[in-house]
Amino acid sequence: MNAKRIDKIATGVLYGVAALVVIILVALLGFILIEGVPQISWHFLTSPALAFEAGGGIGIQLFNSFYLLFLALLISLPISLGAGIYLNEYAPQNTVTGLIRTTIEILSSLPSVVVGLFGYLFFVVQFKLGFSIISGAFALTVFNLPILTRSIEEALANISDNQREAGYALGLSRWETVTKIVVPAALPSIITGVVLSAGRIFGEAAALIYTAGQSAPALNFSDWNPFDISSPLSPMRPAETLAVHIWKINSEGIMPDAKDVSAGASAVLIIAVLLFNFLARWLGKRLYKHLTAE
Amino acid sequence: MDKIRESLLKKSIASKIERRGKIISLICLALIVGVVFLIFYFVASRGLATFFQNHVNLWQFLSGTQWNPGTTGTNGQPAVGALPMIVGSFLITILSALIATPFAIGTAVFMTEISPRRGAKILRPVTELLVGIPSVVYGFIGLQVVVPFVRHTFGGSGYGILSGTFVLFVMILPTVTSMSADALNAVPRYYREASLALGATRWQTIYKVVLRAAIPGMLTAIVFGMARAFGEALAVQMVIGNATLLPQNLVSPASTLTSILTMGIGNTVMGSLQNNALWSLAMILLLMSLVFNLAIRYIGRKGKLSNER
Repeated sequence: MNAKRIDKIATGVLYGVAALVVIILVALLGFILIEGVPQISWHFLTSPALAFEAGGGIGIQLFNSFYLLFLALLISLPISLGAGIYLNEYAPQNTVTGLIRTTIEILSSLPSVVVGLFGYLFFVVQFKLGFSIISGAFALTVFNLPILTRSIEEALANISDNQREAGYALGLSRWETVTKIVVPAALPSIITGVVLSAGRIFGEAAALIYTAGQSAPALNFSDWNPFDISSPLSPMRPAETLAVHIWKINSEGIMPDAKDVSAGASAVLIIAVLLFNFLARWLGKRLYKHLTAE
Repeated sequence: MDKIRESLLKKSIASKIERRGKIISLICLALIVGVVFLIFYFVASRGLATFFQNHVNLWQFLSGTQWNPGTTGTNGQPAVGALPMIVGSFLITILSALIATPFAIGTAVFMTEISPRRGAKILRPVTELLVGIPSVVYGFIGLQVVVPFVRHTFGGSGYGILSGTFVLFVMILPTVTSMSADALNAVPRYYREASLALGATRWQTIYKVVLRAAIPGMLTAIVFGMARAFGEALAVQMVIGNATLLPQNLVSPASTLTSILTMGIGNTVMGSLQNNALWSLAMILLLMSLVFNLAIRYIGRKGKLSNER
């Protein structure tokens, strides 16, 4: 067989492999959307779940997911911003910094179930926070910190040194240069990183099973006092999220329409992740245009 | 002291702000590092209790095949043999990586070498999107599609290593593909040009030049996929059957470290042997993720050296 024929055969095989992978991936997305989208209705998105009968919704779980996402970002964003700034602007290039980077990398590669177990041991048991939104938010923070720190550090590293030198030339201190010039210039990519990590948090379940709990008590949506236990804003109530809900109803199997509910909930999750992706790109571009007047 | 002298000797407001900012950002960084050490300390302190407080033999823990903490096994020792879970975890990780690797590399080669335009337009966005799909969704699809398929084709209940492997294969495929594509893209253009100028066909160039130059990057991609597969909990737990038995074949119910952990940790009392044994499983998980991390670093350093030479 000559080289040309082998080349043709190999090209054909590669076409076949790529086509197969595309078919698998498209079938995956198609399956969720075709099975799930018909389940989605206003009633499904707003009514509470029913344990033993068909026709329940995902209202509380959906709210819990967004609330947990909001709290987790609220805690993790300032910390990772500070850590990212230190790593990129202050840290000297030496062994200690290298070790710190390694530690953060290790944290980002830990299985999420281990993060969840640590959250259970530390926040739920040690600090006696119980299965609550706040424990869940802390666990998600641990899960999110390394990724967000890394993306913020990269965003800051991409800002050219001219900007910093301009700041120093004007007599600004290093900190003022960072907060007034470098961070605003890096804002579009920081926002993109935050929204992308939001998509990851939104679908996370393993870290939440033993921290935010697996139950979704009824909420009183007319009571917005965060100190009442039945208020939607209360940080001390147990809160099952959408992803945990899908896992729970599938592994327990007492809900008669578990398949329909989880298909609908999966579709909602996927659509949310899709939206986060588009939002990240759109917002990043939009902000960049706005800030640079291009 | 006159005013000018005083203002020169005192710290300026700017330098105070500078100091404060530096300290605040350092505290943030220290917090993250502290969390990592806390995780290791807490998991290790619980996980080691099995061996130091309950006096379980480490070798028996790793090689025993009976898992029923709380009862004593046939040898009069507590029945905490973790071998079924360890075997399950490794089997499922290696099998899914073995299946995913050719598909991922084939697709990555297609994306970068054969049809870059279609790759950039269709394949890349789709794979990057799929990286972000939550694992419970993969588990749900596994339950609805893979388990019935395995049951009809291979018999048995459908729950087992094979179903878990299929689910993980689809799950790590996008990750490994997009990382391999990055590795291939990083191969300098002049490597290809030199090979083509020597009269090599496209396939010869790909196989003899591009793939070899990208080996470290692709290995990293595969190890990364394996680490993800090893640590995946819920998607696997939903389809593997969760029987703590040594897997007899690929379609008999089995279990992994993560699946037993997610099932058990809520049903045991803190500080009991049942609970400690579960934390020992978590410790194995933690150590393995360290091993994967080290492997990735080692490959990265090797790759750099061989490229520089």
